[in-house]
Amino acid sequence: MISVQACLDGILLGILFALIAYGMALQWGVMNIINIAQGDLVILGGYIAYFMYLYGIHPAWGVIVAPVIMYFVGIAIYKLVINKVVDRDLFISILATFGISILFMQLMNFAFGADVVLANSDYGTTMLFNNNVVLPNSKIFSAFISILFAICLVIYMKKSKLGRAIRATAQNARAAKILGVDTEKVYAATFGINAALCGVAGALISITFTIHPYMGLPYTIRSFMIVIVAGLGNLPGVAMSGMGLGVFEEFADYILGTEFRIGSVFLLLVLILIYRRFKLSKKREYLK
Amino acid sequence: MKNTSILYIGILIFGIAAPFVFPAFKVQLSILCVLIVLATTWNIQGGEMGYNSFGNILFYGLGMYLCASVQVGMFFPLAEWTESGGEKTFVHTPAQFFQGMAVGLIVAAIVPTIVAGLIGYSILGLRGHYFAICTLGLGVAAGEISGGIEIIGAGQGFTTPPFPDVGSLDSRGEFFYFLSFFTLVLTFIAVRSIYSTRFKLILNAIRDNEDKAEAMGIETMKYKIIGWMISAFFCGLAGGIMGGLVGYIDSTDVAFDGREMGVFMVLMAILGGKGTLWGPIIGATVFHIFKEGFWTFFLGWQYVALGVLIVVIVIYFPEGIMGWLREKYPERFGEVVDEKDRKAQVELK
Repeated sequence: MISVQACLDGILLGILFALIAYGMALQWGVMNIINIAQGDLVILGGYIAYFMYLYGIHPAWGVIVAPVIMYFVGIAIYKLVINKVVDRDLFISILATFGISILFMQLMNFAFGADVVLANSDYGTTMLFNNNVVLPNSKIFSAFISILFAICLVIYMKKSKLGRAIRATAQNARAAKILGVDTEKVYAATFGINAALCGVAGALISITFTIHPYMGLPYTIRSFMIVIVAGLGNLPGVAMSGMGLGVFEEFADYILGTEFRIGSVFLLLVLILIYRRFKLSKKREYLK
Repeated sequence: MKNTSILYIGILIFGIAAPFVFPAFKVQLSILCVLIVLATTWNIQGGEMGYNSFGNILFYGLGMYLCASVQVGMFFPLAEWTESGGEKTFVHTPAQFFQGMAVGLIVAAIVPTIVAGLIGYSILGLRGHYFAICTLGLGVAAGEISGGIEIIGAGQGFTTPPFPDVGSLDSRGEFFYFLSFFTLVLTFIAVRSIYSTRFKLILNAIRDNEDKAEAMGIETMKYKIIGWMISAFFCGLAGGIMGGLVGYIDSTDVAFDGREMGVFMVLMAILGGKGTLWGPIIGATVFHIFKEGFWTFFLGWQYVALGVLIVVIVIYFPEGIMGWLREKYPERFGEVVDEKDRKAQVELK
């Protein structure tokens, strides 16, 4: 029964990871930037929901408020930093976003304190299989909301004018520019949407799990891992590998113990990269 | 030529005299030496080879743990030592301390080199940002995992053997200063002699275009691994010294401190100028002076300042101090071409 529990937990958790990874894949594909601060944006979104909870508003409303605030935070980050590193060396953008990550971590530490917090949603739990499997309703709620947001975003990217512009820029930024797409605006919007997605995910994480100012980096690494396993622009792949990662993590937690949970995530990343590298090197290729 | 030898002798004399002239800054100067070693060796694969790693902290932390464990484990049971924590149930005699330190430093240099060789084969096949993120993952994973291992103190940390009482008043500061200064000189000589060989040209070829370098018949993988192993050797050594200097090892705050030391070494090399011999040295010195001079004013806001500093340096000053000087005064700081070669070319014209 414990494996059923771990599987269900992992799948519900993985859907959340997939939402964050979707944001990362979006801005990676469009702007060719790997955002190390992704996880810190998630945590910041979580704190928005947590503060609503502190002021007596139900934290589930954070799902609507956090993305709106985070969208503008994302635009601000883009205007201040990212637009100067968009077409530079990739390492420059990694280091710059690493700097943003450290900055956010510390600012959150000052503003919100170094305690592990969670926003209590009072949703109760659901018992399955003769009370052997316990599922908090908040997890089910968060998975449901993530799927809803992902579907909305996919439809938005397919149908709207901005969505088309984003997809065109991802395919060929220069050609899109020639055809009258304001790529600068597209980049800003992409980064904003990415931050908004992080905000949603963060609000959900603050309801279902716990948040802490220093917990950002693992979320970045998880989303990076999901994207490289699934590949850019492969949505079902992102969802599947997100759930796979969630299940892996839950099992690692049960088998190795909680203290090795984060370590095993990072090790898995290294192993996946090494596996991909050896597989590609047989064809004399490398990860691009 | 004459000017540079005067410069070297001047620096050497300053280095030897420094602890006696500025006795209050002994520890700071030793840390500076370690930082220069880290920045210089990061530059071997980050600047010259173009493989930007966040993971050199792995070798640094490994060296730190190994040196301390060997130093303790040679004479006392390691598990009991870490269990007792700071309470000194066992005391090293001076002879035991120095023997342990010597063997520990050798182990701390050699094991990370072997580790770099082993993981280098699989990781150095990755390129660009995949390599950077993979090494970042390695560093964090090492910190998390070592924080769960009981015998080296797990979460509560590892107290390194205290310096034995050998009579004179502040022999501890002098010992660690000269140890780190010696390592610095060793590193500088090694790196300088590497940079005057064909090996450096191969590393530069890999940085500029790896596919073409391979097409020219260079076994790129071999040279990449050797480059990383050289880095790892000195990183491990620096870690071992730093462990003794700090006196306390914690898995994520001291040894595998990716948020501090791991970023510092990258930042120092970039600040000074990637891909130059003197760049990392200047960068580390400037950074350390800035850090020690102004850190106290920020009072708790250090990391905020660090984050801003990273962003500003990376965006507005990516070529570094040496790069800037080269652009400004190319005749003085530009790439030195072999004198004979240059003359031959002039004569041909």
